[in-house]
Amino acid sequence: MNNVSHMIKDIKKFITVWFGEIIFVLGLLFLLFIFLSCEETSNQGALKSDVAEKVFVPPGEHDEYYAFLSGGYSGQLSVYGLPSGRLFKVIPVFSQDPEKAYGYNEETKPMLNTSYGFVPWGDAHHPDISQTNGELDGRWVFINENNTPRVARIDLTTFETVEIIELPNSAGNHSSPYVTDNTEYVVAGTRFGVPVPQRDISIDDYKGNFKGALSFIKIDQKTGEMNLEFQIMMPGFDYDKAHPGRGKSHGWMFFTTYNVEESNTLLEVNASQRDKDFIAAVNWKKAEEYLQSGKYTTMKTKYAHNVYDEHTQSAVSTMKTEVKILDPKDCPGLVYFLPMPKSPHGCDIDPSGEYIVGSGKLSANVTVHSFSNMIKAIDKEKFDGEAYGIPIISFEDVLAGVVKQPGLGPLHTEFDDKGNGYTSFFISSEVVKWKLGTWEILDRKPTYYSVGHLMIPGGNSQKPFGKYLLALNKITKDRYLPTGPEVCQSAQLYDISGNKMELLLDFPTIGEPHYAAGIPASLIKENSKKIYKLEENHHPYVTRKPQDAKVVRKGNEVHVYMTMIRSHFTPDNIEGIKEGDKVFFHVTNLEQDYDVPHGMAMIGANTSELLIMPGQTETFTWDANQEGVWPFYCTDFCSALHQEMQGYVRVSPKSSNIKLNWSLDGE
Amino acid sequence: MKQSKISFRTLLIILFIAALAIIYLNVEKNKKLKSSNVVTNTNTPLGQASVVDNISDPNILQVAMGSKDHTTLVAAVQAAHIEHILVNAGPLTVFAPTNTAFSALAEGTVENLLKPENVQTLATILTQHAAPGTYDIAKLKKEATKKRKLYMATGDYLEITIQGEDVFVNGCKVLASISTVNGIINVIDKVILL
Repeated sequence: MNNVSHMIKDIKKFITVWFGEIIFVLGLLFLLFIFLSCEETSNQGALKSDVAEKVFVPPGEHDEYYAFLSGGYSGQLSVYGLPSGRLFKVIPVFSQDPEKAYGYNEETKPMLNTSYGFVPWGDAHHPDISQTNGELDGRWVFINENNTPRVARIDLTTFETVEIIELPNSAGNHSSPYVTDNTEYVVAGTRFGVPVPQRDISIDDYKGNFKGALSFIKIDQKTGEMNLEFQIMMPGFDYDKAHPGRGKSHGWMFFTTYNVEESNTLLEVNASQRDKDFIAAVNWKKAEEYLQSGKYTTMKTKYAHNVYDEHTQSAVSTMKTEVKILDPKDCPGLVYFLPMPKSPHGCDIDPSGEYIVGSGKLSANVTVHSFSNMIKAIDKEKFDGEAYGIPIISFEDVLAGVVKQPGLGPLHTEFDDKGNGYTSFFISSEVVKWKLGTWEILDRKPTYYSVGHLMIPGGNSQKPFGKYLLALNKITKDRYLPTGPEVCQSAQLYDISGNKMELLLDFPTIGEPHYAAGIPASLIKENSKKIYKLEENHHPYVTRKPQDAKVVRKGNEVHVYMTMIRSHFTPDNIEGIKEGDKVFFHVTNLEQDYDVPHGMAMIGANTSELLIMPGQTETFTWDANQEGVWPFYCTDFCSALHQEMQGYVRVSPKSSNIKLNWSLDGE
Repeated sequence: MKQSKISFRTLLIILFIAALAIIYLNVEKNKKLKSSNVVTNTNTPLGQASVVDNISDPNILQVAMGSKDHTTLVAAVQAAHIEHILVNAGPLTVFAPTNTAFSALAEGTVENLLKPENVQTLATILTQHAAPGTYDIAKLKKEATKKRKLYMATGDYLEITIQGEDVFVNGCKVLASISTVNGIINVIDKVILL
């Protein structure tokens, strides 16, 4: 008992003496806890570095995918690597590019010729890679121009624009180009209804008088050359986007329309009056039959077709004068209308070819139609009226399902290889993942900000590569260091390999990244050309050896046949040029070594530099307006003696009797 | 008692700070380990000599490697780790002594130069055989006629002389000129020694 009370006393004493220490220790433990919590937070930083590792491509290593991003109003096409987001090249397509002399040198000026004359700028929208059997084949990229309607073809061995075709009877070529399963066709639907043929009529007479041409451009399977095979003359709705059928729906092309109201003013209100617009389903195989049976009219018109020939290294522009026209009311079975809610933008077909996804910009839902249902209704001839002689299938008959209330302002849908759709929402700035067939929403992630199109490599084919998704944003505001009122637009990369999407990377783009096309690098990188072989250079002004360099006068024109090799021009000194002469410099880069371009610039030239790849010949002109001695030089840091690569042109008065002569090192 | 109380608290504070320091250092070490992992995963660039290119015309290194008369030179270039210089944009003129030229040196000279400790000396000797620019036999003769000396990559100026049909650089006879994509190879009968 005594012992017990002793013990209690001892404990009491212990507590009295050590109370302060216990509190002190507890306090320290609390501090330690806070410190460890901070460490926990920095562990979240470590999670972020896992994300960094997913997009980190070590120096000297290659990206897994090429991404071709439209430059929008820059008119060009940019080439990026994914997942790193590194920019490799800007391919000039519809706009002049002084860096590469595209549209400035004599060889490529014809590429920008149109029925309106030389047009130095364009608005590039939707790149799409060629396919075979509904899979990406990496031969060419096609891209449309919205303003002066055109479609271009880019060769994926040289990564250069090799062909541009203009589209007559069109204005605002927006629903384009969208290649079919075997690249049989690319299409071009007009966004603006216009009088066809163009004539002076009142704008108030729009309804019924303005037309909407859907152009079908046939692709030569060997050369890739484009030919405007036929146009379907549709009512004057606005044709927005398109997508070819895949697999079971191969042979069909689907176009979204808006403004079926056919209004011509304040479209932001007047084109949204009706509850539904249409998807126009075009049976192009049927069109081929009608063409063969001669059910077309030939219309006189004018459009440019520009082709760059790799052998002459020059483009030739030809003006074409005829186009075959099919009128849907004379061609039963050619076109059907599928009602689709509220001004749809995207018109996207899933990889199986069964589902037709319309993204009504002003609709609360994403509506999905069924190709099989459409065929059933057509077979039963079950229609819900017609418009301009085109049968309308009832909404309920063709409907497959609805993704309910997924977000605000649906624009465009891409697909992965696991049966999921990904739709962009401009107004609510997000990407929503949903399941085909059940229409349930699986995930949503914000974009920064106001996403337009989405891109999954191969997402436009039967075989998507469902690893990454790229969101192409219109607005960035505070996302990067500010650069005055004009700030860049952006692309954001998401990992979509798991159940939930994960934002990995955010990178600026050139112009407006309107749409993009992606492809595994392994499918094209081995085809990339290194040099142009000199012996295959059949440019009319090629100079294959320095000994053949010469200067030839033809009246007021002087042609300089010049060569360049590390590190000099032949010739480098030219005399006997007279005031008022027009001097043509035809310059051949004699190098046969990868990545050794030479540049050429002349003081006061009213044009760009030349940037000449090994084995290539390019030409620019220079007006000799002032007497004196004028230098030219190499603009590309080609070699250790680059700064020595230069020459002079001596310009003498008209009356001078100095003979034309040229030399290198006094010879 | 009061004193022991203070010293106990001091002890606790010291222990506490020590614990914090250990935790902090550990975290830092982990971070460093992580970043050093990244570094080891990085593929160190091997230089331009490792570029695979069967399309372009051959460069100085590729031509030299294909010549059976220049195996000693190529071995020396590799031992000196200067392959990437011979594939550079240049342009470069390389005077390439034949195997016979190397074997005419005093016995043991080449073997000695190929030793790892002599890398710098070897590189200097090889650089004495390179001139910026492109000088084939015809151009060398022109230089000799104009009494211009040849500026070498080491900063030395070499004399060019003509005897009959032949041209000599620093007393070495130029046997042949081979044009390559990034410069000229002049085959010579002796090693240039300055």
